[in-house]
Amino acid sequence: MTVIGILGLQGAVEEHAKQLQTLGLEAEVIKKTEQLEEIDGLILPGGESTTMRKLTEQYGFLEPIREFSAKKKPIFGTCAGMILMAKELSGVEEAHLQIMDVRVKRNAFGRQRDSFEAELDIVGIDTPYSAVFIRAPFIESAGEHVEVLAKYDGKIVAAREGHILTCAFHPELTDDTSFLQIFVKMVEKHKQRLKYSLVEEGRQSP
Amino acid sequence: MEKKLGTDNVKRGMAQMQKGGVIMDVVNAEQAKIAEAAGAVAVMALERVPSDIRAAGGVARMADPRIVEEVMNAVSIPVMAKARIGHIVEARVLEAMGVDYIDESEVLTPADEEYHLLKSDFTVPFVCGCRDLGEAARRIGEGAAMLRTKGEPGTGNIVEAVRHMRMVQAQVRKVSVMSDDELMTEAKNLGAPFEILKQIKESGKLPVVNFAAGGIATPADAALMMELGADGVFVGSGIFKSENPEKFASAIVQATTYYTDYELIGKLSKELGRAMRGIEISKLSQEERMQERGW
Repeated sequence: MTVIGILGLQGAVEEHAKQLQTLGLEAEVIKKTEQLEEIDGLILPGGESTTMRKLTEQYGFLEPIREFSAKKKPIFGTCAGMILMAKELSGVEEAHLQIMDVRVKRNAFGRQRDSFEAELDIVGIDTPYSAVFIRAPFIESAGEHVEVLAKYDGKIVAAREGHILTCAFHPELTDDTSFLQIFVKMVEKHKQRLKYSLVEEGRQSP
Repeated sequence: MEKKLGTDNVKRGMAQMQKGGVIMDVVNAEQAKIAEAAGAVAVMALERVPSDIRAAGGVARMADPRIVEEVMNAVSIPVMAKARIGHIVEARVLEAMGVDYIDESEVLTPADEEYHLLKSDFTVPFVCGCRDLGEAARRIGEGAAMLRTKGEPGTGNIVEAVRHMRMVQAQVRKVSVMSDDELMTEAKNLGAPFEILKQIKESGKLPVVNFAAGGIATPADAALMMELGADGVFVGSGIFKSENPEKFASAIVQATTYYTDYELIGKLSKELGRAMRGIEISKLSQEERMQERGW
C-alpha cells in the first residue's frame, strides 16, 4: 500500500490526511525524522511557514528532508510548503530547505483581507479548478527545469520540478482532489520505478 | 477569472492554517518579534494583556491603532486584534487597518449588552469565545470563522478553559448521535441555530476550528488543552508575565506541537523560571468574571 507522509508540526495536517484517505491511501503524520523512512511521498502542508521553519530546525528535519529529496522521493508543498522548499526567498529572508529551483515571495497577494478564491486553468486538469488562496505566496521566478502548471494574474501559483510539486493555494480545503491526484500519480510512478530498478539489480547479480 | 474575497473557505481556512499552533498576546513590536522568533503562528496586538486589564479596571477598549500598526510592521506572521463585543466601528477600523483576524472579545468591556457583531458582513474573519455549544453555534451563525474557549482571561488558572472545552466537546458528541426528531428541541434548549446544529450532527464536529484560551500559563497547560481536543492555543498574559518570556514562548510552542511527548514537556518545563502569578477563580466576584460577558 502507498503511504504518504504529512509533516505534522503545525498547520492543515488533518485536512490533507482526510483527502488522502478518500483516495484510498494511507496517510502518516510525521512528527519524528525516523518516520521519513516509512513513507513513499511527503506533503509539506499549509500553515505558518515561520513556525514550521523554526520547528523543522529545532527538531532536526532539515537534512533528513533534503536527503529524502535527494533520493528523488516525491514531495508536495502547499502554500507554506512552497516557501519552505524554495531555493530563494524574495527580500531579506534566508531560504530554508532549498530543494526547488524557484524564488518565492511570501504573503505576495497581501494580508488576510486580500485572501481569495478563484478558478484556475491547471496543466493536466481538464476542468477549471476552484482554488483557495490564503495570505498566499507566489513564484517570482523559476529555473529552466521547472514546469509551470498554473498562473493567476500572470503570477506562477503551481509548478513542478521533477519529483517536486508545489502550489500556492490550498487543495486540502476543498473537496476537489484533482490536484492532489497529480502528486499521487508521481508517488506511484516513483514506487514502480523503484521496484523495477530493484528487479533489474536482482537480474544483474549472479 | 473572477476573484472572490472574504468567502467562508478563505475565512475558516485561515484559522485552519493556524492549527496546532500558539497565538500570543503582545503589546509592542519588541514582544511581537520575540513571539515570532519563538514560533508563534500569530500575535494578538493589545494595549494591555488581560491580567493588566484586570488590574487597571475601568473601561477596556480596542487598542490604540498605533500599537496595532507597530506590531503589523514588526512581524510577517498574521496579526490579530480585539474589538469590544458589538462595537461595529472598532471592528470596521481594525478591518480597514488590514488586521488579519479580529477577536470580538469579552476581555474588553462590551459595547452592546444584547447583540454581537454580524460577522458575516465583514471581509476580515472573526474569532469569538464560547463556553458551551449554544454559544459556539450562535457565534458561528453570526459568521465567526474560528472559536476559542473563554476560560477566565488574565488569571493564569486553566480550570475554566478546561471546563469550557470539555463542555463543547461533550455537547458535540451528544448532538452527533441524536436522532433527527430530537434536534429541534436540542436547538431550543441550547439556544443554538437549528441549521448549524444539523451541520454538526451530520459531520460530527464543529464547522470551524476551536482553540483554547483563557488561563494558559505553562507548557503543560497548553499540552493539556491539546490533549482535550483543542485545535491550538491562545496564550495571553502567560508569556510576557512570566520570568523569562523567550524561553516560555518557545517551550509553549514545542509543548503544543508535541503534546503527548511527556518526557519532552518535562524537559521543557525545567529551568523556565517562574510562571505568571495565578488567581483562584472563587476569589473573583461575579462582575470580575470576564467569561460572563457575551450573550
